[in-house]
Amino acid sequence: MDPKQKALEAQFQARIDADEKIEPKDWMPDAYRKTLIRQISQHAHSEVVGMLPEGNWVTRAPSLRRKVALLAKIQDEAGHGLYLYGAAETLGIDRETLLEELHAGAAKYSSIFNYPSLSWADMGAIGWLVDGAAIMNQVMLTRTSYGPYARAMVRICKEESFHQRQGYEILLTLCRGTEAQKQMAQDSLNRWWWPALMMFGPSDGASTHTEQSMRWRIKRKTNDELRQQFIDATVPQADYLGLTVPDPALKWNDERDHYDFGEIDWAEFWNVVKGNGPCNRERLQARVKAHEQGAWVREAAMAYAEKRQQRQEERNINPRGLKNLAG
Amino acid sequence: MKQAFFEYLLRLGDNALVLGHRLSEWCGHGPILEQDIAMTNIALDQVGQARSLLQYAGQVEGSGRTEDNLAYLRDVGGYRNVLLVEQPNGDFAHTITRQFLFDAFNYFQYEALRHSRDEHLRAISEKSIKEITYHLRYSSEWMIRLGDGTEESHQRMQAALDDLWMYTGELTEVTEVDEIMLDAGIGPGLHSIKGLYDEKVSAILAEATLQQPTGAWMQSGGKTGKMHSEHLGHLLAELQFVQRAYPGMEW
Repeated sequence: MDPKQKALEAQFQARIDADEKIEPKDWMPDAYRKTLIRQISQHAHSEVVGMLPEGNWVTRAPSLRRKVALLAKIQDEAGHGLYLYGAAETLGIDRETLLEELHAGAAKYSSIFNYPSLSWADMGAIGWLVDGAAIMNQVMLTRTSYGPYARAMVRICKEESFHQRQGYEILLTLCRGTEAQKQMAQDSLNRWWWPALMMFGPSDGASTHTEQSMRWRIKRKTNDELRQQFIDATVPQADYLGLTVPDPALKWNDERDHYDFGEIDWAEFWNVVKGNGPCNRERLQARVKAHEQGAWVREAAMAYAEKRQQRQEERNINPRGLKNLAG
Repeated sequence: MKQAFFEYLLRLGDNALVLGHRLSEWCGHGPILEQDIAMTNIALDQVGQARSLLQYAGQVEGSGRTEDNLAYLRDVGGYRNVLLVEQPNGDFAHTITRQFLFDAFNYFQYEALRHSRDEHLRAISEKSIKEITYHLRYSSEWMIRLGDGTEESHQRMQAALDDLWMYTGELTEVTEVDEIMLDAGIGPGLHSIKGLYDEKVSAILAEATLQQPTGAWMQSGGKTGKMHSEHLGHLLAELQFVQRAYPGMEW
C-alpha cells in the first residue's frame, strides 16, 4: 500500500476510534464503502421484501382496526425502504442499480422473509419476533459509524418498537381468547422462533464480516451477543403469553446470567441463504413481477415529465404562441 | 326514515371499505415504491372512513351491530357499495381510472355532506373531505400523467376507461333512499352533483388526452344491493375469512 493511502486509512481509523461520524463527502476506504453499500442495501431490500408476508394477510385481517394497523405497519416498512435506499445513494449507488441486483438474485435480503405467513397469528409473531430481532440490531446501528445510516436508524427504530408492541398485542389477544386462538399463537411461535434466532446471522466463529465491521464500528456487537440479548428479552415475554418456546434446551443459567439455548440448525440457515427456503423463489418473483409490470408506469411518468418541461420551455420562449404561426 | 338513513350510511361506509380493501391488495406490489406508499395511504384513509361510517350505521340501526359485525358478517346481498368500487384492480391503469372516477364523485358528495343536517355525519365529512381532496388530486394527476404519457400508457388508460365507464352512471343515479335523504336535508341532491361530476371528469379526461366513452349502457344495482357483480363475493370471502372460520371471537 502506498504511504499516502496508508496515512489516509490511519487517519480514517483514528476518526472511527474517536467515535466521529463519517459523512458522505468524507474520505473512506473502498472496502468500508462497499461493506456499507452491501449492508444498507440488504437492509433496504429486507424492508421491501418484508412487505410481502404481511401483505399476504392485509386483505384477511380479522377486524377493521387490525386491518388499519397492519396497513400502516407495512406502509412504514415501505418508508424504511425509501430512507435506506436514500442512505445507500449517499454512497454513490442509485436505487435502480440496487434493485437490479436484487432482481437478478445477486443481492441478499433477510432470510426470515423466505418463510410463509400461514395464519393471522403470524402477523403477531412477525411483529413480536421478527421486528423484535430487527430492533436489537437496529438499536445498535443508531450508533454505527456512517452518519446517514445511523440517522436513518434513529427514525426507523421508533417505528419498529411500535410494531413490536403491536405484534405482541395481537398474540396477547389470541392467548387470552379461545383454545383455538391460543393454539394458533403457539403454532406460529413454533414456526417463527428458530428462523427469528437465525436473523442475527452465523455464529461469531463463522461470520466473515463481523471482525472488520466491528473495527470500523459499523457493527458494535457480535451476532452471538445480539442473539443472546434477544433471547434474554423475549423468553419472559413468551412466558407472560403462556406460550412454550420450542426449544427443550432453553433454561435460565444463573452463573452466566443468561438463558442457555439449543443448537441452531445451521444447515437450514445456509440452505435458506442459498435460495432453498420455502418462499425464496416466490418472494423474488413477486418483486420482479411488480417491477416489470410497473415498467410502463415508470416510463409514462418520465415521458410525461419531459413533455411537461418541454411545453413549459416553449411557453417561456414564445409566450404568445407565435410558434404556431411559424409552423 | 331510520331505515333509509341506515342504508345511506351503509352505502357511504361500504364504498369506502370495498375500495380501501381493493387498494390494500396492491400493498407490496406497486409499480414504484412511492406509489405503493401512496396507494396504501389512500387505503388507510378509506378503511378509516369506513370504520367511522359503519360504526355510526350500527348506532343508527340500534340493534347493537358494531363496525366489524357489519363489515365481516354481511353477505353480498347486504352490501350497499356501488359496482365501480368492487371491480378488480386489473393493471395500474384500471386501478387509477377506477379511483379517479370514484374520487371525482366522492369529492362533490362529501363537499355537500359537510352541510348535512345530521351533526355526526357532518363531523365525519369534515374530517374525510381533507383526505378525499388529496385522493382526487392524486388520481387526477395520474390520469393525466398516464393518459398523456407514452403510447402504451395512453392505450392502457383508454382501455381502462372504456371498461369502467358503464359503472359511472350508478354514482349519481337517484334512488328512493337518496330522495328521502335529500328531503331530510341529510344527503345531497345527486342531480346537481352529476353536473359537477361530468364537468370535472370531462376536464381531466381532456387534459389526459383520453376519449370519453359515449352511448354506453349504465350498469346499476350495487348501492341498492339488488345485483352486485361476481367480484364482490370473492372480495368478501377474503375479507371475512377469519371471522367466518372462527366465529364469535375477539381479535
